[in-house]
Amino acid sequence: MNPWLPFEWIAAVRFLRDGRLQTIFIIGGISIGVGVIVFMSAMLAGLEANFIKRVLTSQPQIQLLTPDQIARPLHKSAGEIEDAAVQRPSQRVISIDQWPKIRGQMLAMPEVTAVSPTITGSVLALRGDASRAVTLTGIEPETYFDIVKVPDYIFAGEARLTSEDVVIGIELAKNLGATVGDKLNLQATGGANRVLTISGLVDFGNKGVNQRVAFVALRTGQSLLGMIGGVTTIDMKIKDIYAAEVIAQRIQAATPVQADSWIATNAQFFTAVQAQIYTNTLIRIFVGLSVAFGIAAVLIVSVIQRSKEIGILRAMGTSKGQILRVFLLQGGLLGFIGSIFGAAMGAAALIYWHAVARQADGSEFFPLILERSLFVYTAILATVTGLLAATAPAVRAAKLDPVVAIRG
Amino acid sequence: MGDGILKLEHVCKAYNVGLPTQVEVLHDIDLELDHGEFLALMGPSGSGKSTLLNIVGLLDRPTSGRLLIKGRDTAILGDDELTHLRGHTIGFVFQYHLLISAFTARENVMMPMLADRGFPSVELGKRADDLLRQVGLERFGSNLANNMSGGQQQRVAVARALAMNPDLVLADEPTGNLDTKSADSIFELMRRVNRESGTSFLLVTHNLDLARRCDRIIQVVDGRIAGH
Ligand SMILES: Nc1ncnc2c1ncn2[C@@H]1O[C@H](COP(=O)(O)OP(=O)(O)OP(=O)(O)O)[C@@H](O)[C@H]1O
Ligand SMILES: [Mg+2]
Repeated sequence: MNPWLPFEWIAAVRFLRDGRLQTIFIIGGISIGVGVIVFMSAMLAGLEANFIKRVLTSQPQIQLLTPDQIARPLHKSAGEIEDAAVQRPSQRVISIDQWPKIRGQMLAMPEVTAVSPTITGSVLALRGDASRAVTLTGIEPETYFDIVKVPDYIFAGEARLTSEDVVIGIELAKNLGATVGDKLNLQATGGANRVLTISGLVDFGNKGVNQRVAFVALRTGQSLLGMIGGVTTIDMKIKDIYAAEVIAQRIQAATPVQADSWIATNAQFFTAVQAQIYTNTLIRIFVGLSVAFGIAAVLIVSVIQRSKEIGILRAMGTSKGQILRVFLLQGGLLGFIGSIFGAAMGAAALIYWHAVARQADGSEFFPLILERSLFVYTAILATVTGLLAATAPAVRAAKLDPVVAIRG
Repeated sequence: MGDGILKLEHVCKAYNVGLPTQVEVLHDIDLELDHGEFLALMGPSGSGKSTLLNIVGLLDRPTSGRLLIKGRDTAILGDDELTHLRGHTIGFVFQYHLLISAFTARENVMMPMLADRGFPSVELGKRADDLLRQVGLERFGSNLANNMSGGQQQRVAVARALAMNPDLVLADEPTGNLDTKSADSIFELMRRVNRESGTSFLLVTHNLDLARRCDRIIQVVDGRIAGH
């Protein structure tokens, strides 16, 4: 007997060890429950982290655009409306009014870490007989690469953008039969026309994007799209990505531009994450409940089986409180031991699944995030669940009438 | 005080069997036990011997009447005080040895001391070994209770009853389940402890031969003391 363990511990451990099969089965049950929770939580966290990382390196966190052009209803005189039906006008590509001033304002905001003006428009890419519509983005590489990590997505060549260079998506290159070093003719709808050299191919991991994306230097873009000195968007990066929506709304209120945050742009993703969190919570609650009922059932049976021994213990001078604690401890120990095995099982499943599951492009399905806090949290939760589940059996054991128990 | 170890005055015990009906099992029991006395309690089955023993052992309370242990009235004591008094003054030996099967013989003997102190210690272990030696089981300390013969288990139970150095040992048919030879040796063991350390014994037995070797015999019939 370990001299440092109090009576309650010794008795609890012995009772658990003595009821070997029951103990093994219930620990198995708890482990599976805990394992499922650990596996699910870690995988979800990984998927979310993965997605956010992708989004945040391939999209600006806040994007400023020209406000929607709206038609004003015609007024006859003194507030009388001439024609009530207002048609939405087609949206011309126009430059943001006084964009250098807005850029200055943005740079002055302490939350903002990078600001990059860009120009976007549609052009036709021509090569031999092939022609493809592409979304041309004219950028300032120094600032833009801080926001969208184009160099990280380079598949071939380099992210070099002199006034004669163009970086295009790999699907687009495939469709045009072009590769790094080839010439590409870009034709704007306005009639402007430039021949540029393909300096790099990018792969953003999204076929639609890879089919349409083309980066050029800002000036090249401006001259192609016929907007010398103009920009259509201002892309920004901020310190706290989750504050994006609040900051965007503040900017929109303070300036004439429209501000879109990555949170609003990816609303679908956040709805999906929220739904996942709900289901995850529900699953946790129900797994927790079934674990609790399992522990309670096993301990109730144990109290009944041991009622004679409990009576004897009481006759030998054991107090009600001691009996109560012996059974509470058994519940806590079951929860704790189960959580350790469960965490190990969950982690093993996670490592295995991480090694096996691959995305279409062969990259990992989710990053392996095994945070210590998840295990600590799970162990505490399982132990508390065990203690709570043990209260009913423990009270029953403590209330046992030793006379009845011994005679029984 | 000087009242001896145990004194019962007009003790009655009634059980509720279905609310309106009460069955009185013990009627107006008067009984005294001196320090160092070895008393045999006899009587037909169902006469109330075990009920009386449970009351004396503070496992059950009398419906009316007074129970004094070492001169202290037990009626005014709360649950935990009763538990404490029981742990320190009274040892039990039951008919069906009732050791705790998850524990070794040595741990069973240690149990009352452990429950009292809260923590095990080398000293408690030594005391348990000592007691096992007294009952002739020094080599069986690490045996699980279940792996011992009935006689051996009952010896362990006697050792356990003596663990806290009680003033009084209550033994409810401790030999009822044993063969004559084992019964005899258990009885002799208790008698020896009684002689050597002055522990009082209250022994319920159906064995007239053993009863005759006690200091005094009391007959219980239908919940009354019928004779000495
Ligand atoms: N909890 C109870 N409720 C109702 N009646 C009880 C209860 N406990 C004991 N009795 C009754 O009290 C009477 C005395 O029982 P007790 O066990 O004291 O007898 P005993 O003398 O020990 O008998 P035995 O020699 O068979 O052990 C019996 O008639 C029994 O049925
Ligand atoms: Mg009896």
